[in-house]
Amino acid sequence: MIKNVAPIVLLFLVGNLYGQQKGSVLIKNGTVITVTQGIKENTDVYIKDGLIRKIGGGLSAPKDTKVIDATGLYVTPGIIDAHSHIALDAINEATSPVTSEVWTGDAVNPLDISIYRALAGGVTISHAMHGSANAIGGQCETIKHRYGTVDPDELKMAGAPRTIKFALGENPTRVHGSGNKILPRTRMGVEQVFRRSFSEAREYQQAWDTYNAKKDQKGFKGMPPKYDLRLKTLADVLAGDIIIHCHSYRSDEIYMLMNVCRDFGIKRLVFQHVNEGFKVAPELAEFGAMASVFSDWWAYKFEVYYSTAYNAAILTENGVVTSINSDSGELIRHLYHEAAKTQKYGGLSDDQAMAMITINPARQLGIEDRVGSLETGKEGDVAIFKNHPLSIYAIPMYTLVDGVVRFDRENDADDMRIYVDPEEKIEVTLAVSDSDTDRCMQDTEFLFKE
Amino acid sequence: MKNIIKLTALTLLVLIIAPAFAQNAKGKTGTFALTNATLETITNGTIQNGTLVISDGKITAVGTNVTIPQGAETIDCSGHILYPGMIDGGTRLGLVEVNSDPRTRDYSEIGEVIPQVHALTAINPNSALIPVTRVSGVTTSLAVPSGGLFPGTAALINLHGYTPDQMFAGFKAVILNFPTTAKRGRFDRRSEEDIKKASEKALKNLNDAWDKAVQYHKIDSAIKETKSKETLDYYPEMEALLPVVRGEMTLLLEVNAAKDIKSALSWIKGKELKVVFTGVSEGWRVAKELAEAKVPVITGPVLSTPTRAYDRYDRPYANAGAMQKAGVKVAIRTSNAENVRNLPYNAGFAATYGMGKEEALKAITIVPAEIFGVEDALGSLEVGKTANVVVADGDIFETKTQVKHVFIEGWQIPMSSRHTKLYDEFLERSPGAKK
Repeated sequence: MIKNVAPIVLLFLVGNLYGQQKGSVLIKNGTVITVTQGIKENTDVYIKDGLIRKIGGGLSAPKDTKVIDATGLYVTPGIIDAHSHIALDAINEATSPVTSEVWTGDAVNPLDISIYRALAGGVTISHAMHGSANAIGGQCETIKHRYGTVDPDELKMAGAPRTIKFALGENPTRVHGSGNKILPRTRMGVEQVFRRSFSEAREYQQAWDTYNAKKDQKGFKGMPPKYDLRLKTLADVLAGDIIIHCHSYRSDEIYMLMNVCRDFGIKRLVFQHVNEGFKVAPELAEFGAMASVFSDWWAYKFEVYYSTAYNAAILTENGVVTSINSDSGELIRHLYHEAAKTQKYGGLSDDQAMAMITINPARQLGIEDRVGSLETGKEGDVAIFKNHPLSIYAIPMYTLVDGVVRFDRENDADDMRIYVDPEEKIEVTLAVSDSDTDRCMQDTEFLFKE
Repeated sequence: MKNIIKLTALTLLVLIIAPAFAQNAKGKTGTFALTNATLETITNGTIQNGTLVISDGKITAVGTNVTIPQGAETIDCSGHILYPGMIDGGTRLGLVEVNSDPRTRDYSEIGEVIPQVHALTAINPNSALIPVTRVSGVTTSLAVPSGGLFPGTAALINLHGYTPDQMFAGFKAVILNFPTTAKRGRFDRRSEEDIKKASEKALKNLNDAWDKAVQYHKIDSAIKETKSKETLDYYPEMEALLPVVRGEMTLLLEVNAAKDIKSALSWIKGKELKVVFTGVSEGWRVAKELAEAKVPVITGPVLSTPTRAYDRYDRPYANAGAMQKAGVKVAIRTSNAENVRNLPYNAGFAATYGMGKEEALKAITIVPAEIFGVEDALGSLEVGKTANVVVADGDIFETKTQVKHVFIEGWQIPMSSRHTKLYDEFLERSPGAKK
């Protein structure tokens, strides 16, 4: 074990430098799909030190700036996946119905080849989420795909709002009610987990507020309340400092969580999967809740049996900010194709379809001021395609993060691993369809052992 | 007074229409003339501004100079493209409804050597998954059992009918899951040694079962030849393997890792088999050997991750094309159930990453038809073939293309499914937010 440390330390230092890298590049003469400001033909995009400085015709840059000739190519914002589990060594802390104290940011794995494969699909940012084994899961991490670094912290998108995973329906009731014989076993129980937890968090915060208000008063003799990270995190949710991202399927449970949030004054709410979101689209729009959905997954479990691939279109037409997510190391590689399915199922426009994988997921992660569209001042996260990205014939050619080329179809090596596991002797892993193995439930197998 | 007339008329109208809406639409048979269309015949090139006539379940005319039979229902297909119904060379469609619920899973029976169990028996003609699939233009699919070594007999079905026999499309094959030395998915936490042991044991079981089947065939042949009064004991699994051993029935041999493909190639050597390899995700590694052995392949899903961490990211996209270019006969499958409708996109990715449009289209039409020996009935737009016809408003591979009409065995299929019905009901929900 020890003998491996030296090269890792060395890699760590090198990786640090590489990870922090911000690039400068001039992308010449492409069809620029800005998403928020229309399509610009024969247009250049100039990125300097990681930020988009100029978008326009005939731009020039200092002599040593890297130039990408995008003649005949499509230039789009880097794709953002609002629901992913790549680059994580652990996904579920399933030991209690409430585990708001844990954080996937502590389990980020920068060596995961899935990050490169996502880049090869134009994806620059993903939301590395906790699993759905418990009603209140762990906090999540928004990562930038700075593949090449070995430092987990370098993947994190500094300044991105905090998020937390909640879960409704079959997964939390199966794990705890059926697996552990504790509440919740039903959707009734799930509601009570939220109400009890939020109430406790409110009391906890009040105790601290009272203490903080009194502690400097003359003659105060009380003790500070016991610190509890689980309740503190939930208090931060109540304060609006953390966005809830809730795994959900059925319309009744979606409606329930909106009611709970309304009662506790919580406004920042994004539903994940939300297969039956279309059934309560007017309610979601009225609440201002957002939806991050699959393009066409259904019927793999009972709670998604009554769903439709037209979900994204119905939600969009009803005014709900909607994104298409992957939840899968396979699907994340072709989100541009998944977004195009909103044109087959519901006839959305090119702009609406592109928004599903760019500005809309950015809104759901609270990073829309920094990424999600090609605008001056935004970060230099860019995907460049041969053929229109919504066409089946689209081929991602380059992907840039902070102006650094992280994927280059023509020039990258076949083997893009940055770590070779010396213990691994079986090289071949056959693909099993993702819908057979709910990644949201990884690490929970122990609960179901007979 | 005017209002009363209006109201009465409206009421009558509602009374007439309401029953039609109260039930699911039915398929409709008859004579149809699809006119002014672009015809992608697959086997005879593209015909512009052509007509295709469907009558008695068959394609009765294809071309630019076609007389439309009297009484035919004419459907103007201006600006539309006609394709033969797409064929998925490997699915679970019909054998599962909700995969997480074991009560609705019928693709995996108990037992290692059970070729006598038939997928066709367990096909649910009324599965909600079937209309969802066929309105996207996939008209035919192979229902494949899985599980043990010989997990059963697959069946080709057309996606319209009310009994398995009404759906049966004329091809059955015994499935063999060839022993594998690879990990089965990322949750496979068996040690290297355990995987090796399991693989060796499976190979021994395979050879034992095969030797018995050969023996059974010899005894059976001897009895028949000598017109002996001896009878064979009841061995249903051996009875099911008989036609495979004799090379009369196709063996679909599921194999994926390069090393296993090579073992499978040497295993079939010297055996007089009608064999097709399925899966073959590492086929590009041994494409030359596959081509030399003249073994046809059904590969997929194309939309999958590389089998090895060090492989180029686009290998699964490029696999079908690499094999085809090396001279292998390649069909494409989804291996799916609820999303078999994504078959054209699997083929589309293969087309984009090296296979080309024409060959990729063949890989989901005429090639699987040939592999299944049903090329006289399916896989192209030709006179005399079964009328499995799809009308699309554009390139069938393009994601945004809409399928306008589907005909299966000459039946015009209602273009509705659970997904379209929910769309119709909920796009503008009533009541909306306020009741």
